[in-house]
Amino acid sequence: MIKYETFSESRIFKVAKPRMGVFKFASCDGCQLQLLSCEDELLSIADAIDIVHFLEASSHVEPGPYDIALVEGSITTNVDRDRILEVRKHSKYLVTIGACATAGGIQALKNWGDRSEYLRAVYARPEYIETLSTSTAIADHVKVDYELRGCPINRLQLIDVIQSLLADRAPRTPRHSVCLDCKCRGTVCIAVAQDAVCLGPITQAGCGAICPAYQRGCYGCFGPAEQPNCDSLADWYLAGRATPVELVPLMRNFNANAPAFRECGDRIDPLLDSGGTL
Amino acid sequence: MSSSTLEEPCLIEKCELDRLIERLKCEGFIVVGPYVEDSAIQYREIQSMRDLPRGYRDTQEPGEYRVAKLLKKNYFEFNLGPHSWKQFLFPPKLTVNSCTKKNESWEFISKVDSQPKFAFLGVRACELAAIQVQDRVFMEGPYVDPVYQARRESTFIVAVNCTVAASTCFCTSMGTGPKCKSTFDLALTELDCGFVVEVGTARGRSMISDLTTRELDPEHARDSQLLQQRAVDQITKRLDTSEILNLLMGNLDHPHWDEVAKRCLSCTNCTMVCPTCFCSSVTDVSNLSGDEIERQRQWDSCFNVDFSYTTSGTVRDDIRSRYRQWLTHKLASWHDQFASSGCVGCGRCITWCPVGIDLTVEVAAIRNTPSSNRTLPVIQPSCKAECAFPKDSKA
Repeated sequence: MIKYETFSESRIFKVAKPRMGVFKFASCDGCQLQLLSCEDELLSIADAIDIVHFLEASSHVEPGPYDIALVEGSITTNVDRDRILEVRKHSKYLVTIGACATAGGIQALKNWGDRSEYLRAVYARPEYIETLSTSTAIADHVKVDYELRGCPINRLQLIDVIQSLLADRAPRTPRHSVCLDCKCRGTVCIAVAQDAVCLGPITQAGCGAICPAYQRGCYGCFGPAEQPNCDSLADWYLAGRATPVELVPLMRNFNANAPAFRECGDRIDPLLDSGGTL
Repeated sequence: MSSSTLEEPCLIEKCELDRLIERLKCEGFIVVGPYVEDSAIQYREIQSMRDLPRGYRDTQEPGEYRVAKLLKKNYFEFNLGPHSWKQFLFPPKLTVNSCTKKNESWEFISKVDSQPKFAFLGVRACELAAIQVQDRVFMEGPYVDPVYQARRESTFIVAVNCTVAASTCFCTSMGTGPKCKSTFDLALTELDCGFVVEVGTARGRSMISDLTTRELDPEHARDSQLLQQRAVDQITKRLDTSEILNLLMGNLDHPHWDEVAKRCLSCTNCTMVCPTCFCSSVTDVSNLSGDEIERQRQWDSCFNVDFSYTTSGTVRDDIRSRYRQWLTHKLASWHDQFASSGCVGCGRCITWCPVGIDLTVEVAAIRNTPSSNRTLPVIQPSCKAECAFPKDSKA
């Protein structure tokens, strides 16, 4: 997690309207779209900052430097690996947005596969494709000042981060589990009442605890909560209600490469073949 | 609130409860009672007896809750669900006040001046005890919580004596139940033929003044006793509270804390469902231009890492220290702070722990193998909190 102190050093926003760029790497664009989904607040955002590079919204782009860079997507090619270094070089604050940028995204499933086999299966001429064998988070390549989790991110958290930079204060992005939000909205715990396989207890809040409110277990879209005890939850589920065949794909989902989920998934992975318990 | 019943109990037919609900609604109360929704008996606003979980019965185990409809026709033959009355008296999310910049000055507006008036239907003995605990926290200390106080003082309480118990109940160990003894306006015991009504306050008496009541004959009194005894007999869980303050505070380095920490998810569920946990955090939230600001309060938990964040770092930076903090506060240091236990034996933290951690088992494990003679908490030299109290500090 990024230290809050980074922001308090800032005085630049007091003198000029800050310039913001939005940059896309390997991703689906859904998190950028959350910025456009800030319908009620979009004019205020445009009043407060100049959005000078945002290809999703306008083909007019300006070169850096940028006061704020919002970075969506993961690093999957050599070209992108070089490009993120350039973005970092020209940006005062680099904020990664979404599961791809913060953990490698769903495409990080390639980290467990055979790249050349995938290429042969998908492309008629695989020799034209140049790609890395892994999908990795932006923070694996450059210094990141703040992370916003989620698949997609929560637009209110995005506004809060932009606002915190403008107001020169620490952003408020809770790191507690989804469970607290379920309880605050009065949702009955589906793990306890319905034997659901729910990642809520080890997943960071931010989505508003949507899935359990609709009787679905949490998919872990916002990645691991602070200091999650993934092994205990996995063992509890494996002891009665879930098989490794169900649990491993749940750990290896949108945040498959987030360290806590990755390690837990890797720990129970050997059970896929044996079908046994730990 | 009275500490004993005002007069001899009487009997009402079951349908009279609907007239009581109607009367409460006419008096401006929002009537909140049990209601089956999403596979659990929850508390929410009800309109009539038809909303009550008639014939439903719950079964509870550590980490497991089930509810099923049986052939029986009783309205209150079940135990506690995930909700407690805390969520109505101490709402999970609340805007405390707001301020708006107008011209060059700020306008402050309180958002807590008008609070809803609740009538709680079906409050159990352990829950009455929990309300008493929160009364001490929110109203009887030096800092009174105006929201809690406004809601609490207007709340009308219809208690219900338990006639069955769940496997997670241990109110008898905590001395809080299952018989409702005080803090209610009315208390009901459900028989097959009607409800035995005990009156706890003058307000309670006036609320049943137009109901058709009749004297309790010895047979009804005996049935009522037998049903309440049945609940007592069904309680199998025990928590030995003898010398518990010294037991827990004298075993802060017991290896069992490490063992619990391996299982505990630090997910906050136990604190959220606990009817006495009272922590909240307050944040100021503004719009982008900074001219409209709201002060928002939300439930918080000692299981959150940020909960103990200070300028010098996080004080309780692992699950072991957070579980220990919760348990020792709840069962031990609460006595120092509020002159009572923080636990009322409702068992919710056992049922609603996603991995079934049972505090009575954890305390017994420590009691069975006490490892230390230390009686006071001491900050460990290796503890990260040490930097908050530098050794050369004169303070």
